Amino acid sequence: MTQIRTKIGRRAFIKNTSLAGGGLVLGFSILNACKPGQAEKMAVREMPKEWFEINAYLKIGDNGLVTIMAPNPEFGQGVITSMPMIVADELDVAWKDVLVEQANFDADEYGWQFTGGSQGIRRRWEGLRMAGATAKQMLKDAAAQSWQVPVAEITVAEGILKHEASNKSAGFGEMASLAAQLEVPEEVTLKEPKEFTIIGKSKKSVENEKIITGKPLFGMDYQYDGALVAMVTHPPAFGLQLKSYDDTQVKSMPGIVDVVQIKTLNDGQTRGYFDTNAFTDLVAIVGKSTWEVMNAKKSLKVEWEPISDSTFTMDRFGSQMEVTVPGGLESTTDHYAKMNEMAGRSATTARKDGNPDKAFKNAAKVIERSYTCPFLAHNCMEPMNFFAHVTEEKAHLAGPLQAPGLTESTVAARLGMPIENIEIELTRMGGGFGRRAYGHYAIEAALISREVKAPVKLVYSREDDMTFGIYRPTYQATYRAALDENNDLVAFHVKAGGVPETPLFANRFPAGAVDNYLAQQWEINSNITIGAFRAPRSNFMAGVEQAFLDEVAEAAGKDPIEFRLELLERAKNNPVGENNEYEPDRLAGVLKLVREKSDWGKVTNGVHRGVSAYFCHNSYAAHVVDVVMDGDQPRVDKVVCAVDCGIVINPDAAANMAEGAIVDGIGNAMYGELTFTKGATDQTNFDKYKIIRHSEAPRNVEVHFVQNEIDPTGLGEPPFPPVFGALANALYKATGRRYTKQPFMKDRPELVG
Amino acid sequence: MAQFKLKINGTTREVDVDPNTPVLWVLRDHLNLVGTKYGCGIAQCGSCTIHLGNSAVRACQLPIAAVGEQQITTIEGLSENGDHPVQKAWLEVDVPQCGYCQAGQIMSAAALLKNNPNPSDRDIDAAMDGNLCRCGTYVRIKKAIKIAAGSEA
Repeated sequence: MTQIRTKIGRRAFIKNTSLAGGGLVLGFSILNACKPGQAEKMAVREMPKEWFEINAYLKIGDNGLVTIMAPNPEFGQGVITSMPMIVADELDVAWKDVLVEQANFDADEYGWQFTGGSQGIRRRWEGLRMAGATAKQMLKDAAAQSWQVPVAEITVAEGILKHEASNKSAGFGEMASLAAQLEVPEEVTLKEPKEFTIIGKSKKSVENEKIITGKPLFGMDYQYDGALVAMVTHPPAFGLQLKSYDDTQVKSMPGIVDVVQIKTLNDGQTRGYFDTNAFTDLVAIVGKSTWEVMNAKKSLKVEWEPISDSTFTMDRFGSQMEVTVPGGLESTTDHYAKMNEMAGRSATTARKDGNPDKAFKNAAKVIERSYTCPFLAHNCMEPMNFFAHVTEEKAHLAGPLQAPGLTESTVAARLGMPIENIEIELTRMGGGFGRRAYGHYAIEAALISREVKAPVKLVYSREDDMTFGIYRPTYQATYRAALDENNDLVAFHVKAGGVPETPLFANRFPAGAVDNYLAQQWEINSNITIGAFRAPRSNFMAGVEQAFLDEVAEAAGKDPIEFRLELLERAKNNPVGENNEYEPDRLAGVLKLVREKSDWGKVTNGVHRGVSAYFCHNSYAAHVVDVVMDGDQPRVDKVVCAVDCGIVINPDAAANMAEGAIVDGIGNAMYGELTFTKGATDQTNFDKYKIIRHSEAPRNVEVHFVQNEIDPTGLGEPPFPPVFGALANALYKATGRRYTKQPFMKDRPELVG
Repeated sequence: MAQFKLKINGTTREVDVDPNTPVLWVLRDHLNLVGTKYGCGIAQCGSCTIHLGNSAVRACQLPIAAVGEQQITTIEGLSENGDHPVQKAWLEVDVPQCGYCQAGQIMSAAALLKNNPNPSDRDIDAAMDGNLCRCGTYVRIKKAIKIAAGSEA
């Protein structure tokens, strides 16, 4: 049993208790408490006449139904199901009696409602358990009080309170009214993992029925009486800005209500870390229907002009820095030429162990390889969009956001409105991948609404979405490894950089496992905006590091898994240097599990295998990728995956996410590419930007989780980055050639002759 | 602007729109049927897949003037209670992640099975290749289609 002080949620709980104090019980009418879909669902069940709020996360109906709030925004990672599962388990309610509601943004009640960095479950684990456990304790206290029996003798299972000695029992619903008036306990008992009844047992997504019947869930589907549709026109290239526009023709087009200019961020406005935006001067076209606005947008006459070098101040969570934006129209060919040049120059040292120079000089064998990857666009299936209704007094916003807290701050600053006058509803997101942490589109919607004095739904076209920026950067890395006469790895050197940021992680494997280690980095500034993209930086470094280690293992004449395990043994028993980020045992653990589950070493005619393993976002993942040749086209046939993310809340949904990460990894490694010519992207829609399709997905994906009782860490990102490496290694086995340039479909040998 | 009578999901609906308006936007903006999604506007992603008669078509490239007497079925009308075999299989396999593309996937799958009750892997790939899923649920979609076809228990 774990006794835990209710420190984190204490303030919120007290607030609720005091609200409910003085004999006043908070009642929720059915209509207020339920969203449309749930009301239908509840019609099948017996509906409670009254709801009793126990704390911010849950309320209990007088018939025992429990509504659990899902605090974090949902974009496909399944937290709208898994977070309530955690509450429900500690509450000891039957899952069938649980209704789930997406919480709106409310920092006072729910704190950091952030979806990203694979941090959701990890950061909420204790708080959600306490929300369930304190509520259960209050129900037990209520039962003890009603029955005049010692609370310690009361047991709870599946929403039923029991006192065996007196043969009394009651459902949660019968005790909810009293429980809601009791003091929040100072301490609660949390379950041991072996006591979990819901955590670790697969549950279907609570929103699936709505998804498969086409119910409105997404920002794009948001309905509001009298809402107008808005679209914005932004510069066609990075390095350009709005000069002037002529809306005479557009204003007379059918359905068009207004054309307005907005400035998303004021000149000189200090920007937050997620206020990334290359295009702050926009022309917005507002009309009655999407199609009419889309047509009008095509007819808008706009003149653009080049930007000059400029600077702005960025506040990176408390530390201020000056950021320089260079002028100019950049092209991909220049990026690669510049990166190649930087790779050959001296760079900033981020970590150095031993004497790498000497070790390389004395090496029996040196292996060297360089790798590159292109810019990528997130391409969430639901393009950016937001609803806003801004009046003098308040701002009502609704839409898809990964970081509503950060977006709210910027909206407040830009509108000059107190934060308490801003209300943000969180809709389900049609994908995020990092993109929706950058909420410029919410600010745009708010400004347009204020300007036209009407409720407005801002909609990006696919082209707007793909060309607005905030991309995964283009990177380059050069690796060198030194082997001695015994084929032991004695020195390792990584030098990496990119446009405009370095992807380097100086303290990750094989740092800590090699006596002489050097990690260096460089950067090339750019006016192309970049942002978090599923496992930022790791999504390049994992793949190239794991491809390189494969090559080193081969040069050393060792099995690639055995080679890594030897290094991890070294890092565990006699680690080199300090600050090594990973736990060698857990990284070795996923390699051993994937070796066992994939039957590694088994030779199958025509099947070419590659392996990889990586640590990022507090979790560990390893893959074995099987490639087969379809004529001269390589195709991934099967992937076996092993993940260690601690306790898995919802195993089948977790497997789904790992499967998706694998397909996403194969897709981006093989096909993903955004290129530039004179500042403009060469791809603006899915006709030229290739996303992996059904026929290119693996036939079979197996996901295995390391079984342990470690507190859960993240899962959305960790299985994604290593896919690139395992695939490159399998392609090598299939074709005899090392794939070093992403996307691999374009990485062909240069023509000779 | 022109008046159109559309046969949608077993009922007749009237709208007054420009004849070039794609059915996608008629559904979403004029008929409050938002289950059909906008993803690309150029028939490359399949998010807007509906049935025109028995065929899966992309609503973003279908002008309302081209519909005529043909029956339109959207995700909202695929079944009365969300119990079309494809929908049931989707629930069983717990297919969706973000869910945005899934209405289009389901509509393509339902049209496939109507015309080819026992599709091979290749048939499935051919019928479904026009439907992008950015979350990468392809493996589960294939499994669900096979369950719906009765070829996998």
